[in-house]
Amino acid sequence: MTTTSSAEPTRRDFIYIMTGAVAAAGAVAAAVPLIAQMNPDASTIAAGAPIDVDLGPIAEGQIIKVFWRGKPIFIGHRSKKEIDEARAIDWRTLPDPQPDQARVKDGKDQWLVLVGICTHLGCIPLAHQGDYDGWFCPCHGSQYDTSGRIRRGPAPANLPLPPYEFVSDTKVRIG
Amino acid sequence: MSGHSTYQPQSRFMKWFEARLPIAGLIHSSFVAYPTPRNLNYWWTFGGILSFMLGVQFVTGIVLAMHYTPHVDHAFNSVEHIMRDVNYGWLLRYLHANGASMFFLAGYIHVFRGLYYGSYKDPREVLWILGVILLLLMIATGFMGYVLPWGQMSFWAATVITNLFSAIPLVGESVVTWLWGGYSVGNPTLNRFYSLHYLLPFVIAGVVLLHVWALHVAGQNNPAGIDAKAKQDTVAFTPYATIKDAFFLVCFCVLYAWFVFYVPNYMGHADNYIQANPQVTPTHIVPEWYYLPFYAILRAIPSKLGGVTMLLASIAILAFVPWLDTSRVKSASYRPLYRQFFWIFVLVCVGLGWLGSKPAEGGYVIAARILTAWYFIHFVIILPLLGLFETPKPLPSSISEAVLREGVPIGASGPAPGRDKARP
Amino acid sequence: MTLTRTILAVAAVGVAAMLACHGAGAAESESPPQLKWSFAGPFGLYDEAQLQRGFKVYREVCQNCHGLSLLAFYNLADPGGPGYSAAQATAIAGEYQVTDGPNDQGEMFQRPGRAADHFPPPFPNEQAARVRYNAVPPDFSVIAKARTYERGFPWFVIDMVSQYQEHGVDYIAAYVNGYEDAPSGFNLPDGSYYNKYFPGHSTAMPKPLVDGQVDYTDGTPAKGEQYAKDVSAFLMWVAEPHLEARKRIGFQVMIFLIVFAGLLYFTKKKVWAEVGGHA
Repeated sequence: MTTTSSAEPTRRDFIYIMTGAVAAAGAVAAAVPLIAQMNPDASTIAAGAPIDVDLGPIAEGQIIKVFWRGKPIFIGHRSKKEIDEARAIDWRTLPDPQPDQARVKDGKDQWLVLVGICTHLGCIPLAHQGDYDGWFCPCHGSQYDTSGRIRRGPAPANLPLPPYEFVSDTKVRIG
Repeated sequence: MSGHSTYQPQSRFMKWFEARLPIAGLIHSSFVAYPTPRNLNYWWTFGGILSFMLGVQFVTGIVLAMHYTPHVDHAFNSVEHIMRDVNYGWLLRYLHANGASMFFLAGYIHVFRGLYYGSYKDPREVLWILGVILLLLMIATGFMGYVLPWGQMSFWAATVITNLFSAIPLVGESVVTWLWGGYSVGNPTLNRFYSLHYLLPFVIAGVVLLHVWALHVAGQNNPAGIDAKAKQDTVAFTPYATIKDAFFLVCFCVLYAWFVFYVPNYMGHADNYIQANPQVTPTHIVPEWYYLPFYAILRAIPSKLGGVTMLLASIAILAFVPWLDTSRVKSASYRPLYRQFFWIFVLVCVGLGWLGSKPAEGGYVIAARILTAWYFIHFVIILPLLGLFETPKPLPSSISEAVLREGVPIGASGPAPGRDKARP
Repeated sequence: MTLTRTILAVAAVGVAAMLACHGAGAAESESPPQLKWSFAGPFGLYDEAQLQRGFKVYREVCQNCHGLSLLAFYNLADPGGPGYSAAQATAIAGEYQVTDGPNDQGEMFQRPGRAADHFPPPFPNEQAARVRYNAVPPDFSVIAKARTYERGFPWFVIDMVSQYQEHGVDYIAAYVNGYEDAPSGFNLPDGSYYNKYFPGHSTAMPKPLVDGQVDYTDGTPAKGEQYAKDVSAFLMWVAEPHLEARKRIGFQVMIFLIVFAGLLYFTKKKVWAEVGGHA
C-alpha cells in the first residue's frame, strides 16, 4: 500500500487538489439536470397560466367553483347580508384573525375569491352550509364564515386567497 | 476475497459500525488495498467504464420513467413531451439512448479484450460465463428499451423478434401469443416490456456483483497472461488502477458527449421518429448497430428455425470458449498465430455488422453466409487446433520482469524486440 | 509483418466486397444536394427571421393538410426559436379554433386557442385526412428527424466527425422542389406525381410551392426554392426546439471533459511515478 505523504501540501499536491475540485464541480453540474427535471415542466407551467372568469352569469348569493392549477377556486357573489355578517364580528377574536376588508379587493366587497381547500387536511368544503352561513368541511367538521374565515373546528387558518385581479368589472383573472 | 482485511477503522464511530457491518472493510479490501497487476494496459479500464455506464443508464432511466407513459396511444407523445417540455428532458433522453450504444461499445471491447488476452482461461471460466450471461441480459434489456418509444422501428423490431419464437417446434405459436399478450404486438406487449425493461437492469446489477466477486477470487488477468507471484508484481487498486480507470473513463465520456450533444440521432434510425403504424411496414427493418452482427447471422440461414438456432448459438458458443481454446498460453502477446486469427475474427464481426444493415438479397446474402461460417469455424475449429499446433513465444518469468526489463524476458531464445513489450 | 499483411489482405477483400455489393444495390433515388443551414455544425444557431418566414409558409400553404400537433403555441416564444414574444404567441393562438368540452349541455365546442394549447389538427381523424389525396398527409412535428437518405460509405463514417445531422431538411427541401415530368417509360399511377427525390419517385402530393405564393415582408426573394429552405428550417426547429441549448451546453461539457481528462492524465502520471512510472 503506498504511503501517503504526511508532510504539508506541496506543489505536487496541487494537481491532486485541482483534479479533485474539477471532479466535484463536474459532479454538481451533472446533478443539476437530474434535480431540475422534477420541477414542473413547460406544459404544466403553460397549463397553469392565469385564467379569466366571466362574473356576469354569477347571481347574487351564488358561489361557483372553477379550477386553476388543479385547485378548486370558489368565486362567490355575496349579498349585502353576507357582507354585513362578515363585518359584524370582531375579527381580532377569530382563530385566524383577519378583517373581511383584507380578503376582498377595494370597491369589490361583493366578490369573494378563495382557494377552496380546507386548511386542515385538504378536503373541499361544502358551500352554504354550517353555522356561519359559509362553508362546512365534511371531513373533520371545520366551519368557515361568509368571508371564508375559520370559525370552529380543527382547521388552523382561513381559506387562502389565490393571486387574482379584476381586468374589468365583470371579469376576473385568477393567477 | 481474503478473509481478513487490512482496513483499520480510525474513528470511534467506524470502529463501532465495522464490528456490526464490516462493509467499509469489504470495500477497502476489494477496491483500495486489492492487489492489481502492475502491467495492466488501458484495455483493462473497460470494466470500470461498463460499471459507470450501467450507473448512467440506471439514473437516466429512472428519471425518464417519471415522465414516460407506457400506453400505445401515449408512448410516442410522452417521449416527445420529455424532449420538449420536461426540464433538460432532451438531455436525459439523448443520454439514455446514446448511453445504450456506448454501453454496448464498451461491452464489446471488454469481450474482445478477454478473447485476446485469454482472460476466460482457468481459473476464470465462471467469471467469463457470468460475462456471457451479462451480454444476454444487456441484449434483452436493450431490445425492450428500444420498443418503448413506440416508433415504427420499435413496433416492427418487436414484431420481427417476437415472431422468431414461432420457430420453436410444437409450442412456438403459443409462446408467441403468450409473449404478446394478444394476437399481435400491442398494448399488453408494450406494458410488459416496460416492466421488464425496468426490472432487468437490477438483475444485471446483481450478476455484475457476482462477476466482480468471481474476478476478485482469481485476481485480474494481465497483458502478459501470467500469474502475479511476487509482491512487486502488483500495486494497490487505489490509487493506481483507480486513477487510470478515471482517466480513460473521462476520455470515453468525451466520445459519449460528442454523440449526445452534436450527433445525437446518428446511431438511431429516422423511421423511429414516425409513430408506430401496424398497417405499414418500413422498407428496411434494421435493428440498432449493436445487434447487426447477430441480425446478419439470423438472416444468413435459409430456414427460420435454423436462423434462430444459429443466432442463439453465436452467443452461447462464447460460454464454451474456455474449453474450446486448448492453448496453455493465455495472452495473444505470446501467440503470434492466434493474434492473426483474432484480428480476422474482429473483421468478420465488423463485416457481419455491416451486412446486417443491408437488405438480405444478392451478394449480401452470400457474404453473410461466408462470414457466418467463419464466425463458427473460428470457435469450433481454429481455437481448438491452434492450441495444439501453435508454437507460442517464450513467456516472461514474472510480471515485474516483463515490465521492468522493458519486455526482454530472461531465458528468451533469441531477440524478441518490440512485439513482446507489455506495453500499456 | 505477416500480421500486417494479413490484415491488409482481409481489409482489401472487405472493401472490395462492400463496393461490389453497393454497386449491385437496388435502384435508389438521387441524393439531395447538401444545403447550407445556419443551425448546422457545433456552433449552429437558428435564424429567427428564417423561422418566422418558414412559419408563414407553413400557415399559408402546408397547414391545410399537415398538422403540427406536438407543438404548443407557447413554444413560439421559447428561446432558441422564431423569437415571438409571449403576447404575440398568445395572439397567434387566438387565431386558431380549438375543440374543447364537453360543456354543460354535454357537447364539444370550438373556442379560440390559448398559449397552452397545441396546434389543432387539420382533420378530425385519419380517414378524413385520407380522402383528398388517397394518402394521409404526415404530421410535421418531427418530420425533419423522420426523413433521411442513404449516404453510403465512406460518408456515413465522415458524418460522425463532421456532425452532419441535416439529412432530413436536405431531403425535405429537395423533395418539395423536386417535381419534374416523369421520364418516358416510367409507369406513374393515376393520382401520383413524379418527384426526383421521393423513394420510388411516385408521390401522392402535388407540387406545393410556386414562386410568389407567399409574401415575404423582409425583402427575401419570394421564390419556391426560398420557401423550401425556410419551411425546412422551420420544421427543423419544430423537431429540435432545444438545438441551440444542446450545442451550447455541449461545448461547455466538451471543454470541461477535455480539461478534466488532462488533469487526470497528469495526476495519473504523478501517482504512478511513485512506483517507477509506466502502466
